[in-house]
Amino acid sequence: MNAARTRSWIVGGLAIFVSIVVFLVPLAFVVLQAAKSPDDASSLAFSWPKQWMFFDNLIAVLQSNDGLIWRAFFNSFVLTVGSVLLMVILAAMAGYVLARKRSKWGPVVNFFVLAGLIVPPAVVPTIWVLQGLGLYKTMPGMILIETTFGLSFSILLFRAFFGTVPRELDEAAVLDGAGRVRLFFQVILPLLRPVIVTVIVVQSVFVFNDFAGPLYFLPGSDNATVQTTLYTFAGQNLSFYNLLFMDILLITIPPLVAYIFFNRQIIAGITSGAVKG
Amino acid sequence: MSTANPTTTAQAADAIVQGGAERRTEQRRRKITSFYPTWFFIPALALYVIFFAIPTISSFYFSLTRWSLFDSQFIGFANYVQFFQDPQLYTSFIHTLIYAFLTSATKVVLGFLLALLLTGPVVGRGYLRAVVFFPVLLSTIGVGILFKSLLDPFHGMVNGVLGLFGLPQPGWFTDPNLALYTIAGVDIWKGVGIATLIFMAGIVAIPQEYFEAARIDGAGYRQILRRITIPLSRGATATVIILSLIGGLRSFEIIWATTGGGPGFTSDVIASVIYKQYQAGFYGLSTAGNVVLFLVVTIIMVPLSYVLNRKQVEL
Repeated sequence: MNAARTRSWIVGGLAIFVSIVVFLVPLAFVVLQAAKSPDDASSLAFSWPKQWMFFDNLIAVLQSNDGLIWRAFFNSFVLTVGSVLLMVILAAMAGYVLARKRSKWGPVVNFFVLAGLIVPPAVVPTIWVLQGLGLYKTMPGMILIETTFGLSFSILLFRAFFGTVPRELDEAAVLDGAGRVRLFFQVILPLLRPVIVTVIVVQSVFVFNDFAGPLYFLPGSDNATVQTTLYTFAGQNLSFYNLLFMDILLITIPPLVAYIFFNRQIIAGITSGAVKG
Repeated sequence: MSTANPTTTAQAADAIVQGGAERRTEQRRRKITSFYPTWFFIPALALYVIFFAIPTISSFYFSLTRWSLFDSQFIGFANYVQFFQDPQLYTSFIHTLIYAFLTSATKVVLGFLLALLLTGPVVGRGYLRAVVFFPVLLSTIGVGILFKSLLDPFHGMVNGVLGLFGLPQPGWFTDPNLALYTIAGVDIWKGVGIATLIFMAGIVAIPQEYFEAARIDGAGYRQILRRITIPLSRGATATVIILSLIGGLRSFEIIWATTGGGPGFTSDVIASVIYKQYQAGFYGLSTAGNVVLFLVVTIIMVPLSYVLNRKQVEL
């Protein structure tokens, strides 16, 4: 027993040491860089800032390029909220019918849901479709694109969960006089709260961190999202590493907050397929 | 028609008497299945068709054209010929395969080992779990910029430390023979947390009795690992392989944030070629790249997921 305990200490201690070197040092580097003066930061050394300029850098980033970062945060916020809201409602509705209704189309629908997960989106043809609809370079167009790309995964999560909601509940609600739409929105939807939270948190992190989507379908500095500002920053101001890293730090905060408060839901979302495969 | 839609009350009454209880239960059953409004999946289907199915299907046609978004001129397989003749383009095909299999294999092995560690008796388990998973949530572009600084050949911290020990200081992102593998390493750093998490869920789901029984029968740690843990976390293994391969084959952001496909074209993958050709205005060629990627992903993933899922059923 005692040997097992010392072993757990030795292995744990070793693992903690490795994790500090591999994971925490890079993260500390971001914070230190964000607090340095421009000269100090451009040396890229892992050192304590000669001059602690954290708040000056913060203000500088918030003011740079006529407050581009504010607009970017606003755009990312609208994009994330809009697309995740749509995803939740549409995926819950579709998942509900798919889980409840027996039909010969079941396998076909399954195939298409999986195709949505596997197949890489065709970039230029998507732009062509967006342009045909007058939605290219517009926020509504981008919201619909993110919604579409997130639908498959959300539907899978919802469908797995509907199995745990008893069918008798549907029958009882209908016998009590609820209409079909009301049955769904007032009886079923509130029961889905756990899986809805999971979908919201996981997809919010995905959409918020998405770079390729806005790069292709929402170009233009008015439409900047937080990820594309990072890219512009990296391209323009190579002599301002301190501001670049401050930007990285700012952009990391929303997912970090999500992880702290919702780590259980994030883990549930990611591992949902693990056991059943 | 006349029985289903009776015209007189006499006929209707007749039908009810004849149909009897059987018809009534059938009606009830129909009412229950009709709780579920079929139109509920139409909004999702509409988005799927407009923004995913139509672009995917039309990409096959547009890849055969010289295309400016406004008009397209059919040129047969010229784009594909160019894709597989131009070394700047076809190397991306090879790089994609190397990158995907390398990152996937490493994530499977490393993720499994980490999951073993983090489900076992270890000090600081909660902290370790959190820290391994955290990079998954970081912005990919941010991670790319971070590692570009850390692995800078002259000023970077990593080479600084290597120099202290008198070790060689490679140009991680600037050496043509190394760049692709360095990016793969960064990808693994960022993504191994997902693999670990999935393996952990798989290992935790194995009933404890199996381990106890094996231990009572005198099985050692290795035997338990080989006979119980590995075979019974096959579902998790399948998920990790599938997810990481799909991610690896489609990988774009991390490459774009670190090398942009360079130096030269030595770390270009299909996804980055698609972007470059799009940027250059060669929409037909870009779309041909998209179709190639589509075919690569389908040809690898469909049989693989079939095999992986079948094995699981046998078990």
